[in-house]
Order: sequence, then C-alpha cells, then structure tokens
Amino acid sequence: METSGFYSPRTDTFPAGLRVLVVDDDPTWLKILEKMLKKCSYEVTTSCLAREALDLLRERKDGFDIVISDVNMPDMDGFKLLEHVGLEMDLPVIMMSVDGETSRVMKGVQHGACDYLLKPIRMKELRNIWQHVFRKKIHEVRDIESHEGIEDIQIMKSGSDQSDDGYLFSGGNFALGKKRKDYIESKQDDKDFGDPSSLKKARVVWTVDLHQKFVKAVNQIGFEKVGPKKILDLMNVPWLTRENVASHLQKYRLYLSRIQKDNDLRASFGGMKHSDLSSKDSDGIIGFQNPIMQQDGVVNGHYGIPRSILVQPANPKTYEGDLKGVISLPMTEKRAQVGDTSETHKASSSSLNHSFGSLERDARYPAFDSTVQTQYSWGEEVPKVQFGQEHKPHLQSENGFNHLPLLQVNNPQPSPSTELIPFYKERHKPAHVEVSPSHSTKCRNQNVRRETLMENAFGSFSVQPDIHTTNFKPSEPIASPIWSNETRGLDHISITHLESAQGNLIPGRGSAFASLNEDLHTFLQGGCSSTNLGLQNKELLQCIDTELIAEVSPYLYDALRFDYECSSDSNLYPVIDQGLFIA
Amino acid sequence: MERNQLHRQVANMRKSLFDQGFLDEQFIQLEELQDDANPNFVEEVVTLYYRDSTRLILNIEQALEKSPLDFTKLDSLMHQFKGSSSSIGAKKVKLECTQFKEYCKAANGEGCKRTFQQVKKEYGTLKKKIEVYFQVDGRRWLGGVAISGGIALRQWRRINIRRDGTGKGASSRSGVDWTGGIEVVRI
Repeated sequence: METSGFYSPRTDTFPAGLRVLVVDDDPTWLKILEKMLKKCSYEVTTSCLAREALDLLRERKDGFDIVISDVNMPDMDGFKLLEHVGLEMDLPVIMMSVDGETSRVMKGVQHGACDYLLKPIRMKELRNIWQHVFRKKIHEVRDIESHEGIEDIQIMKSGSDQSDDGYLFSGGNFALGKKRKDYIESKQDDKDFGDPSSLKKARVVWTVDLHQKFVKAVNQIGFEKVGPKKILDLMNVPWLTRENVASHLQKYRLYLSRIQKDNDLRASFGGMKHSDLSSKDSDGIIGFQNPIMQQDGVVNGHYGIPRSILVQPANPKTYEGDLKGVISLPMTEKRAQVGDTSETHKASSSSLNHSFGSLERDARYPAFDSTVQTQYSWGEEVPKVQFGQEHKPHLQSENGFNHLPLLQVNNPQPSPSTELIPFYKERHKPAHVEVSPSHSTKCRNQNVRRETLMENAFGSFSVQPDIHTTNFKPSEPIASPIWSNETRGLDHISITHLESAQGNLIPGRGSAFASLNEDLHTFLQGGCSSTNLGLQNKELLQCIDTELIAEVSPYLYDALRFDYECSSDSNLYPVIDQGLFIA
Repeated sequence: MERNQLHRQVANMRKSLFDQGFLDEQFIQLEELQDDANPNFVEEVVTLYYRDSTRLILNIEQALEKSPLDFTKLDSLMHQFKGSSSSIGAKKVKLECTQFKEYCKAANGEGCKRTFQQVKKEYGTLKKKIEVYFQVDGRRWLGGVAISGGIALRQWRRINIRRDGTGKGASSRSGVDWTGGIEVVRI
C-alpha cells in the first residue's frame, strides 16, 4: 500500500481497519490478542516469531500501521525488534509484558516504544492504540510544514534559530553547538527535499543534470547575488519549487565553503579524505568515512593504518570523532592480521576512493544520507569489484563478524572506549553491567565463545549504527527508533537505505552468525557500557578462531558500513549519484 | 426447566471458580470475546493454554534438575509461564509463579523447587475444574443434545457427584435434575 492509515482510503472509517501486526511467542496470547483486535475492527496479522514479523514488515512496506510486540521472545529480544521496526519502517510499536517493572518500561520507552502494556491486556487498552498511529501522522505533517515554513524565512541562519523544531531535539542530550547547527541545517534541507505540498515523503532528487543546471544558474547570476528565486527562474524546471532550490542552495554553499578548506590540505595529503577528516569535527560522517579512505589510499594493498584516525580520538569536541576513531581502528588491526586479502583490497580501494571522494564532498550535504549512501555504495562496490560470487554468501553470513573489528577497538583503546561510555550511558539508562559477567564467563566455553564473540561484536555493532545516526542527529535521543519517530521527514532516503540495509542484515543468513547476530542485539539491548565491551573484547579476541578472522578480513570494511548491506538495492546507486555535488 | 437448572449449574460453577480465586477478570475478558464468530472461544483458548504450558512446565522441570541452578534461566522460563497463565486468568497459578520468581531473584533453590510443586498443583487443580466447567457449559449451549445421551448422562452424573460431594450418583439426583431433559435419552 502506498500510504498508511491516516491518509489512505480508509481514512473515513479510521480507526477501523487499522492494520496491526502482533508478535508474541505465546500462542495463547496471540489468539486472544487477535480476537480482541478483530473485535476492535482492526485488521490483524499475527506472528509468533520476531524474525518472521520483521520479514513480513519488510515485505509489505506500508502494509502495517502499528506493531504490537511482546518483550520476551525466544528468537529475538522485543526491544531489538522494536528498534528494527523504528529504524526501518518507522512504525509505532507497542510493547507488552507481564512484567511491569519500571526499569523495563523505561527501557521500552528508551528504545522508542510508543506504549507499554501490561499483561493481562484489556480490550479497552487495545481499542485506543489507533491514537499512536494518528499521533505519528500528525507529527509528520507538522514536521514537514514547519520545515517548509522555516526554509522560507531563513536560509542560512544559524542553527539556534532553527531549533524551533522542538521535535528534532526533544530529549536530545547532546549539546554540541556547532554540530547541532550543522545537523539542523542539513536536517532541514533534507526535510525540504520532500515535496512540500504532499504529506508523503516524496523527495526531490537532485540528479546530476539538475544539479548542473543549478550550478550553471548560480554561476550565471553570480554567487554573491544568488537567491533561490533567481536560480529557479533561470533553471526553468517547472516542477521544482522555490523551497527545493533554497535548500539545495544552502547545501551548495556549505559544500563550497568546505571545499575551500579542503583545497589547501588536499595537495599535501593527496586526497581530500584526510583533509576532510582533520577539518571535520562536526560532521561525524565524513570523519567516519575518512579513516577508511585513508586506509585505502595511504597503504598499498592494505587498508592500512589511517593516521587520521589517530587524530580523531584526540578531538575532544566530538564524541563522534572518538567513535570514528574507534570504528576505524579495528579495521586496521584486523587487516594487519590477515594479509592475504590485501591485493583484492587494493584493487577495489581505488574505485572505492573515487566513490568515496566524491561522496565525501557530499557528506555534509544530507549529512546522514551521504554517509549512509556512501556506506551503501561502498558495500555494494566492494562485493562487485573485489569479490567474486563465492564471497557474496560470506558477506552476508559474516554480518556478525564484520563487527568484530569494532570490538577490537574498544579493547586496546581505553580512551575511545571511555569516551563511548557517556554516549552509552545516555542511551541506556539502566545498569548495563549485568550482561557482562555472563559474557565473560561464557567466553571460556568453546562453543559459546563464538556466540559471545558475536554477541559482543554485534553489541558494539548494534550501538554503532545508533552512534552513527546520532552523529548526525546529536540533539536527538540516542535511540534510533526515537530518532526516526520524531524526525519523520528527515532523511527519507537514508531511512530507506537503512531499511534495506537492516533488511539484509537479517536475511543474510545461512550460518550460525545469524542467530549470533540476534544474540548480539539482545546483548546490546541489555545495555553495554563500553568498558564492559572492552573487557570482553579481550577475551573475545582470544577466542577468535583464526579461520574466522581469515574469513572476516576481506569484509572488514563492511563493518564500517554497519552491515548496511544492500546488494539488492540497485536504486541506491542512482540516488547516490544524484546526491553528488559534481563540481 | 431443565435448561434453567443447567444454566444455574453453570453459573454456580463459574461463580465458585471466581470466588475461590482460581480465575480472575481476564477470564471474563475471554468470555466477552466469545461471540457468534467464535462460539467456543474461551474453551479454545484454555485448551491452547494447557497444551502450550505443558511444554513450559517441562522446561522448568528440566532446568530445576540442573546443578547448579541457573536462576536467570529459571526466572526467564517462569516469566514465560506466568505470562501464559495470565492469558486465561489463572489467578492462583499466577500467584505461585510470582512467588517462584521471587525465589529466583533470591537465588533460593529450595524455595524454587518447593514453589514449583505448588505451581503444578494449582495448575492441575484449575485444569480439572475448568474441564468440568466446560463440559457443563458445553451442555448449555449445545442444548445438551448433540452428544450421545449415554455420555451426557454419565457426565451429568459425574458433575452431580462433584457438586454435591456425594460418592454415589443416585443420591445426588435430588439436587439436580440430572435427567437434563433430552440428555437422558440413550442412543
């Protein structure tokens, strides 16, 4: 279905016909809830497996209005499912449990649940769940409208003015002034990307041609005198609105200013990657990307040690920087361990460099978008360029392992770890420690070792995307679902990509890693302070089988993509291309 | 006439189940969900519960036999069972489950084992009572006719025995019109 609930043809009968997906491993409850919801005239789909439910949701995008899920499920933690849904589909999720402890409820809310019901559930409680769907729709509209309004008034204002969009920063604990401003601007731009007049999130895609026209118009008018109206007139594109041009212009300006900064550094470092890295403290994405690029470009045949990465952790300003350092380091180390893939890496590195380079310019443009896109493209390119078919299955199955490198960072880098802690703490308020000891002990067990390994790896991985996304939304609450929920119109493309990425995350099965991934998520859900991760990482590292390492290394860079694998999404390429600022 | 008595019997049984704390409001919720589309809804749900919970009980039993006891796992298993029991409103069972979880938190193995025996006991008691209830209730909406008269008779007699607390079927006739009208007919 095209639209959901509110603006669908069923609007007149709303809330009747609300499409609910119920996930609960208890068949008795499933039956009861189904009956209750049917009595409310809702359209019910049930599933006793979280994974199955996720598949259903992915298959039928826009096929559901709301998800109700139990917290305790054997195959996947309810909170993890909650996050997935929030990230990929941005649907309201209601949690259920027989346990009504405050900490659990808090956890649910933190992960983005819009409600938490206690079992036994009364029908009257279910009758009103449509309010969550309705509320979301309203916020969407409000967001889009407010964005447009602001766009009209202020194009290049500072971020503080734009903080009127309370929803962007509600609950956000990150007081990172400059970053916030950039974030706001980019967010606004992304928002405005959408068709202003429609409540749907159709975005204006700035194709290469369109951008060329734009640049030509700007140059014609003269950069100093340029204004959205003039550009629009010159471009002579009927369907383009002034708002679209305005936001694009804003981004273009930012891009140009950044290019100027880069130009000086470019020569000395042979690439903008490093320059971007060092000059960036507000754009977490680029920083994150840069280390990777650095590896490619600097060290032959290896994703070598990115010098720039070392710079990052030293940057006190941005926790993102620290995270980047953290993220990139493991790759380096991993690479060092396995050298056989160096050639293949090299082969692709140049292609990756190019794509990365151009994307980097774009990085700040739709901040989150570009990162995600970049990652996507990167991931896509690598499989195609470097690895033959035989690698593909590995790629998918290695999902969990791809994140092992992330763990390594935590291990030898106590400082990045500690810097991660604040982030973690904000994200997971409840105590995290309880998970660690069990993992440590588990590590001794051979069989469980891998699981624990994966768990931890995935744990950090799971967090990474959040960190990653949070990089761009510093003022947003850390929990991705919350972010998604509240910034509905933001980065539609990126969310879409995330969808497919996350979608591939799960489908990439075929090995035990699949379940391990889930365990990792579960582990993460339990909360994990980075110090604990660090400790466990040590053990984990020791537990890593060498063959696993060998398998993993070719795909280490994948870790940076956070497993946003979208080999199936060919449409990513066009999007990325179109997103490029081709000077 | 017989039907009225049948109705009364059902009502009494039901009331006692609630009064004695075997069932709570959730059971009423289930009853309210029952409609023409799902005329046997409550019975289906309860049957489903007893089928699924057998597995859960087995898991807990196995976990209790391990040494040392994994209290986290026990707590998690019991959590599942408790959630399931809450679905039909099994009040006493749920209380014992809560007690069990308390012992888990306190890492009291003996307490857990003891409480689990209580859980099973309540579980079994409720099962029997509910079975009877459904039989009687079933007779109500079936009109008591669908089943072969012989069987219906036997069931009637058994019910009567239970209700009156008498050991023999014959003497209980006075309390109830056990002929049940049509049910008496043997097939």
